[in-house]
Order: sequence, then C-alpha cells, then structure tokens
Amino acid sequence: MPEDPALVRFLEADGTFAPTPAAERYRAAVDALTDADLETFYRDMAVIRAFDVQATNLQRQGQLALWPPSYGQEAAQVGSARAARTQDHIFPSYREHVVTKIRGVDPIDIIRVMRGLTHGGWDPTDPKNGNTHIYTLVLGSQTLHATGFGMGLVFDGRCGTGDADRDEAVIVYYGDGASSQGDVHEAMVFAASYRTPEVFFLQNNQWAISVPVSTQSRSPLYKRGAGYGMPSTLIDGNDVLASWAVTRAALDDARAGGGPQAIEAMTYRLGAHTTSDDPTKYRPSSEEEAWRRRDPLARMRAFLLARGASESFFAEVDAEGAALADDIRTRTNALGGLEPDEMFAHVYSEPHPLMAEQREWLAGYEASLEGGAS
Amino acid sequence: MPLSRAINAGLRASLAGSDRVLLMGEDIGKLGGVFRITEGLQAEFGEQRVIDSPLAESGLVGTAIGLALAGFRPVVEIQFDGFVFPAFDQITSQLAKITNRLEGAVQMPVVIRIPYGGHIGAIEHHQESPEAYFTHTPGLRVVSPSTPNDGYWMIQDAIASADPVIFLEPKSKYWQKGEVDTSARALPLHASRIVRRGTDVTLVGHGAMVTTMLQAAVLAEAEGTSIEVIDLRSLSPVDYGPILESVRRTGRMVYAQEAPGFTSLGSEVAATVMERAFYALEAPVLRVSGFDAPFPPAKLEGVFLPDADRILEAVDRSLAY
Ligand SMILES: Cc1ncc(C[n+]2csc(CCOP(=O)(O)OP(=O)(O)O)c2C)c(N)n1
Repeated sequence: MPEDPALVRFLEADGTFAPTPAAERYRAAVDALTDADLETFYRDMAVIRAFDVQATNLQRQGQLALWPPSYGQEAAQVGSARAARTQDHIFPSYREHVVTKIRGVDPIDIIRVMRGLTHGGWDPTDPKNGNTHIYTLVLGSQTLHATGFGMGLVFDGRCGTGDADRDEAVIVYYGDGASSQGDVHEAMVFAASYRTPEVFFLQNNQWAISVPVSTQSRSPLYKRGAGYGMPSTLIDGNDVLASWAVTRAALDDARAGGGPQAIEAMTYRLGAHTTSDDPTKYRPSSEEEAWRRRDPLARMRAFLLARGASESFFAEVDAEGAALADDIRTRTNALGGLEPDEMFAHVYSEPHPLMAEQREWLAGYEASLEGGAS
Repeated sequence: MPLSRAINAGLRASLAGSDRVLLMGEDIGKLGGVFRITEGLQAEFGEQRVIDSPLAESGLVGTAIGLALAGFRPVVEIQFDGFVFPAFDQITSQLAKITNRLEGAVQMPVVIRIPYGGHIGAIEHHQESPEAYFTHTPGLRVVSPSTPNDGYWMIQDAIASADPVIFLEPKSKYWQKGEVDTSARALPLHASRIVRRGTDVTLVGHGAMVTTMLQAAVLAEAEGTSIEVIDLRSLSPVDYGPILESVRRTGRMVYAQEAPGFTSLGSEVAATVMERAFYALEAPVLRVSGFDAPFPPAKLEGVFLPDADRILEAVDRSLAY
C-alpha cells in the first residue's frame, strides 16, 4: 500500500532521520530539541516497557485480574504526553501507562486498578498527578468528559487569553475501535461547536481486540476530523518525534484559542489486547513481525546511537527500567486488602440512610460469623 | 457439557434451522467472542450470518432493529454486562416499544445476549447485574438460564420468540457442566422450575444464584431444615404458579439475587407473593441481595455477593418468626 502523502514522520524504521514532506512544517521544532530532550523520550519509552513486561508477568502469576499491555505504542504516548504543558489536562483510555507516568501518577496506582483493589486509582485533583484523569473502561466515554472539560475551560476564560504559560488545553486518548462509538462522534460535535481547546489523540493500533480497523472505517480515520470541522493530522505513531512535534503544535494552537484538533497516530499493538486475549486466533504472525521491525524503541535507539549517544546511557536506562520493574513487583506483593466497609464509603457524598443501614448490617453479620466460627 | 458449549450448540441449531437468523457482535467471528460462545460459528455459517460488528453497542442494537424490520432474526452479543448501557436507549426506547407503536403490525424478534453477574474477579464494568432495568421495561422479555440444558433450549426458544428477549447469561457458570438433552425441551421459555424439593422454606432466584441456593439447601439439610429451591428462568414475565404453590406448602420464602436490593426483581417477586399468598405465609418474604453500592473492586466481591451463608442467615430469620 502506498504511503499516505499526509503522513508526518521524522524517523524511519531503521532510525534514519528523513522527514516526510508533511513533516517539514514541524521541522524547526524538532531541530531545536536538545540531546537531553531526545534522551528523555527514549528513557520514557524504555522504562515503561520494562514496567509493562513486569505487569504482564504479574498477571500471569495471578497477581492481577487483567493487564492491557502498552507494548509497541510507547512512541505515540511519550511524544504526545511530553508535548503537553504542566497546566494541560489528560483524559486517558486504559492503556496509557506511560502518559500517566510522565504526568506524575505512580504506576502502582494502575496496578491497584488491575489487581481489583479500586475502580479509580488516583486523584485527578491532586497536583502530583498532573491533571490526569482516571482510566475509562467504557470505550469512548472519556472523549465526552474531555470535551465537557474543554467547554468549562472556554466558559471560564482559561484558554485563548494569549498567555501561553497560563492557557490550558485538554488531550483525550482513544482507540481505533472506540472511534466507532456514538460518544466519540458526539464529543466531536460538541468540541467543534464550542471550540474546545482540545486534542483528540487516536492511537490506531490496527486492532480492536480481534476486529481490524477496516471494520471500523473505510476511510482513513484522520479524515473524519474534517467532517466535524476540525483540522486533523496523520502521524507515524512509532516515531516519537512526529508524535511530539504534531501534538505540541496542536496543543499550542488549542491553548491559544484555535479550537479542537484531531491526530491519528498509526501504530501497532505488538502483544495481546489484554492478558485474556489470544491474538493468534485472528491475526497472522507475519503482520506482527512486519510491525516488530518498526518498533518505536529500536528506531529511537538507532537514531540516538547515530547521534553519538553513549553505551553507558543505554545501560543506565536499562537499569532504571529494571529497578522500576523490581520496585513494582515488591510493592504489588505488599499491597494489602480492602475493608468491606469501604464499599459504602463513597457511594454518595452526603449521608444516605441506606448506606448507614447496610454498613451496620454487614458489620453485625461479620461479627456474628466470627462469633460462630470459634 | 458446560453452559458455554450448550449455548453455542443452541445457537448453531438456530442458525441451521433458519437462514433468517443472524448473529452480530464485537469479536464474535474469528475469535468466537471473548467467552468463546460463538466459537466456530462464523467458519460454519459465513461472515454474513455471524457478523463481526464495528465497536458500537447502540449501533449494534439499532441496526438489529432495522434488520428485524427487514425480516431477519438478529441475535446480538453484548461483550460484557457493563457495556450494554451505550445501547440502553435503543433497547428500552426503541426495541421494546416498536411493536406496540405499530399496533402489532410488526414483530421484533431480536435477542440480546448479555454475559452478566460477578464471581470472575474482573475489573470494573465487567460484572453487573442489570436485570431490573430490563424487567422494568414493558415490551421486553427477560430470561436467564442456569444450567447447560436450559442454555441449549432457552437460547433457541428466545430466537424463536416473536418478542425481543434479553438473554442474560450467568458468566460465572459458563464453565459449569451439566447434562443436555438435545432430544426434547424440558420446559417452555416462560416457566419457572422447582430445582429441589423441600418442605420448610422456599428459596427463589435465578442465574448463578441457583447454584448458591442449592449449596445453601445442602448445608441446611445437615442442620435439619428442608429447603425448596426454585429457578425463576424467566425474569419477565415471572411464572408465579410454582412459586405460589410452593410457598403455600412451606409458608416461608427467601429471594436471593446478586443485584442490589433496592427496587429490584426480588422486591417485585416478594411483593407479589405477599399479595397473593398472604394467609399462607408464616413470615414476611425476605430478600438477600448485593448491597446498594456499586459493584466493588474484585477483592471485595466475596463480601458483596450473597453466598450460601448469607442465604442461610435469612432462612434462619424466616424460621425464627
Ligand atoms: C462500550 C464498550 N464496549 C465494549 C468493550 C469491550 N472492549 C474492551 S477493549 C475493546 C477493543 C478496543 O479497541 P480500541 O478502541 O481500538 O482500543 P485498543 O484496546 O486497541 O487500545 C473492546 C471491544 C468496552 N470496553 N466498552
């Protein structure tokens, strides 16, 4: 299949720096990146991969109910997350492990969700979590929440003031499968109507569990944006530079009052959909192999090596990944249980008689069991 | 065979029986569904009979309505209980009411299959007990098999029904084995069934709770209490005949369900039994249910869902009157 001329890419699969014509617009920003910036991108990707592999192992060993791997999608996530400013707001789906980590969320909080200890995980209003909202499992729902949040920013004059250090924007993540949900379409209608300062970041990893993207859309997904009246851009999602540059420009524009934009990141889920899934049932291993040769980490590593990055840098990153993986294993094993009472703690914000009654009943019942067990 | 295979066999029989029957859903083709209920059916019947749909529940149910208008009998799979709500409007505002609005001119033979309930240790939105939303909606039939034999026959009866049927599959029982008699159906779709005879207390419930009620009955027997267990099978309409007859014999009834208790199916059945069998009752009808809190994280599932002990606690309370 010939490559879409609209595709923005800087790094080829072998790490060669060769911007596509569509990438030229973003060239200056990428040229201005320092070695330290570039090394941060690589570090982010490599460290989360070590975490992701560890989490998958923990699930296999029965420590987690489920794990949705992010393996293969690191570049799309790191580039876009690093493009956001501190004051921006993040609405993830459920696979954005490195996005949340970059924003300050402790990865153990994702583990707690997947272990069955909480339905939330972290507090989006706590500044240490970088305005990161919780994972959403009902596909596409978060796109509406992000849009509503963006409307709030517009109504409160928190964007488009011309003060780039204060103006805020929203970025929302969703998948190619989720793009079929009515909620996503309605989110785009509202976003365009109210000119929300928002970036719709679609990670097209080619598969919604077993269903290929061709079942979701017969036209390239990035082209849908135009139908709602918003600019949208196609990027090579395995190129962290393309992801960073395009998202940064889109967020800058949104913050400045330019309204919503959409980005489609072409990437690939190299592993299973979740640990409950068996991809050999529906997709050829030759396809996986072809995408493995476009691994976002290998590409960035080759690029950095060619620029003269030292072997010791890579060794240090590997050590950091291993340390995080170890730390997560230790802390997962140390996670405690839940008190039955917590079930009733936050069902309502105000006192509710039914909660009081059932809490009391349960306490009495449990006490009677303890008494009877002797 | 396990319940999952029995439903698969029932679906196969319906597909083979009429080329107007279609299956549609997310990942039901090559993958055979996330619970493998439709495994092998696309290979056998082709991509137009077993359709891998776009990822859109409202779209799935809405187009099933259109297909029914065009003379097909669509069977929609909702991947998990928590994902039926994006389709809620199409089910409750449209599917349930079209025949009524058309004064009977058109029927809506659509089946919505939903794996439901807890006890698989999943994460949020993967364990809900949404039956009351549907039983509260006139125009829908709601059923739930608890055994492989019922799985095999009830899915075929649901597909054959001229009405829309919400077909609730107790997902924790998918792997539970039982005899399937493919030569004859035991009961019609709307009938409740006495699963175990007893004389002291009548226990009523549906789906996965039937197994738990039977466990309770065995434990109670060891303590000298004889429990009768009734599987509702049809949640709407409810077949009250066997229940009332049983309560008139035992004088006591406990309803057990996973769903929260407030304005639930158990509340409705309890109220009706009290209205119709008041003078036979020795004690008020009691309900054992999930708490009126959102389904908790998996680690608290064991506390949230009624187990045999919680049922027996209610049995004891009933006997104490
Ligand atoms: C409304 C809804 N329907 C079904 C599901 C079950 N489900 C979970 S993930 C998934 C596939 C999602 O694919 P995509 O949006 O491409 O994201 P990806 O998982 O590939 O990142 C499905 C069908 C769900 N979570 N929510």
